[in-house]
Amino acid sequence: MTDKDLQAREKVEVKTEAESTRNVPVYVPAVDIYESQDALVVVADMPGVGPDSVSIDVHDNTLTLRGTVTLEETKERVHVQEFGVGDYSRQFTLGRTIDQSKIEAAMKNGVLTLTLPKSDISKPRKIAVKAA
Amino acid sequence: MALIRWTERPDWYSPGTEFQRRQRDMERLFSSFAGRGASPFRSDVFPHVNVSEDADNLHVRTELPGMLPEEIDISVEGDTVTLRGERKLHVVENVNYHRREREAGRFRRIFTLPTRVNADAVTALFKDGVLKITLPKAEEAKPKQIQIKSA
Repeated sequence: MTDKDLQAREKVEVKTEAESTRNVPVYVPAVDIYESQDALVVVADMPGVGPDSVSIDVHDNTLTLRGTVTLEETKERVHVQEFGVGDYSRQFTLGRTIDQSKIEAAMKNGVLTLTLPKSDISKPRKIAVKAA
Repeated sequence: MALIRWTERPDWYSPGTEFQRRQRDMERLFSSFAGRGASPFRSDVFPHVNVSEDADNLHVRTELPGMLPEEIDISVEGDTVTLRGERKLHVVENVNYHRREREAGRFRRIFTLPTRVNADAVTALFKDGVLKITLPKAEEAKPKQIQIKSA
């Protein structure tokens, strides 16, 4: 339970040198990241992104999340626009080695939950020293 | 501008806050000239809303990622819409948090619509964390085609 009142936060646009090919704004999703004994979990808010529109890539210790929104074709006249609608993108450098074959992703109500199991290599191993 | 701020911060009159507020307003104003995206007329009250209209309906959209439809309370009275709810986050115990950017808390936003609506026929759809409320305009607010008679 919380007794805090939520404050509206402005969406932050991604600043990169390489522009997106789609002419829509790209925002930085708010994330929670936690590490348990055997996995790193990333939870990202990506409202408007459906389960089929997320791409996750792990390459050379860089994790890339990307969510694409489907823009509706409408003839509506805008009265008030307080938030922008666009894609989401964010990259993280992973300090741990991840077992890429076991990455799990779930998308529900605009929230991505990504479970990145640590690979056995990064778990502490005991090295037995043999006598010569 | 039909949207009105339903509350100000309680410490609105303290000079520091007032100054910060003005500064933020100015930054918004200039950033909106520089780029695309949202207009400078926005509120600090959660959640941010987009309001648009077509010939028959008003559409209100808002982003509430991770919430469930039953956690969101919408009420329409005359031309006033109230959105209420509480965003709860699942906090995992016995783990090491690296980042915590997502926020939990209660919210209440009240705003006035630009035209009167038929409150009985309002529908709401919640998909992928985006709430879309469709409010049919009241009969008197719909555009009417006027026939011109030849003399």
